Amino acid sequence: MKIIVNGEPRELPTGATVADAVALVTAAPSGVAAALNDEVVGRSRWTATALADADRLEVLTAVQGG
Amino acid sequence: MANPREDPLVIAGEAFGSRLITGTGGAPSLAVLRDALTASGTELTTVAMRRVDPSAHGSVLDVLRDCGVRVLPNTAGCFTAGEAVLTAKLAREALGTSWVKLEVIADERTLLPDPIELVDAAEQLVADGFTVLPYTNDDPVLARRLEQVGCAAVMPLGSPIGSGLGIRNPHNIELIVEAAGVPVILDAGIGTASDAALAMELGCDAVLLATAVTRAQEPALMARAMRHAVAAGRLARLAGRIPRRRYAQASSPFEGRTGT
Repeated sequence: MKIIVNGEPRELPTGATVADAVALVTAAPSGVAAALNDEVVGRSRWTATALADADRLEVLTAVQGG
Repeated sequence: MANPREDPLVIAGEAFGSRLITGTGGAPSLAVLRDALTASGTELTTVAMRRVDPSAHGSVLDVLRDCGVRVLPNTAGCFTAGEAVLTAKLAREALGTSWVKLEVIADERTLLPDPIELVDAAEQLVADGFTVLPYTNDDPVLARRLEQVGCAAVMPLGSPIGSGLGIRNPHNIELIVEAAGVPVILDAGIGTASDAALAMELGCDAVLLATAVTRAQEPALMARAMRHAVAAGRLARLAGRIPRRRYAQASSPFEGRTGT
């Protein structure tokens, strides 16, 4: 299935979770948050949250700014 | 110099010894940022939330942790209340803080706040339990509305972000200070130390700045200047300045002059 991760289309196997998709872009153990279709998914729920085709996942962290 | 612990900045019940809040944007490297933050004496510093960059080396969060500075995520780059609320929620999840510097800008050329979206976002975030510190126009009415919806501070601009134009409407800043029941933090437009001192002399409770330090030729030196400027302006405010007079008032006695 195709998932949009941070604006980029990614191919993931059926049954893949938020944790799988996050792992494509970062291995950071903290300081990262994810939103699935504009809803925040807490880190504790990443492995239990299954993705569906065409889902949009945003994975953010803190950068210099402000 | 007054002991800052005797005159803390208190936001939402939390006390800070420094009245200088810094941003991290614009620093040429994390090493320069670290030196500048240390020299500034700041205890609260903003970061932005962006998509993770797999090629990034080092994290601004490591620098803040090493400096013992509390992190204040912002919603920079958001144009709507919806974007800002989602960004704030992501920041809360990523950084474990419910404090947010709320920015909702109207356009990229001026980066001025969009007041309609700003109040909408502030209401939503306050209702969700956030401690909201909104970046706002130097508009006393808008500042009052933000306080009324439950913001923990109001942060009026001196002039547009990154412009270094200083405080363009000191009268409005004074009006905001007079009416506010929450801390007033002068945010944006500071160019040099005298601007920061003026903000404090006008009665602001703190100053938030980034570019003036991070893009200065010597960031750590300017950070030190800002630290002293904010402290000096605060002391001058507490001391109470003399009234302005139209004509001179001799400071030496006229009596007893030679030849009289």
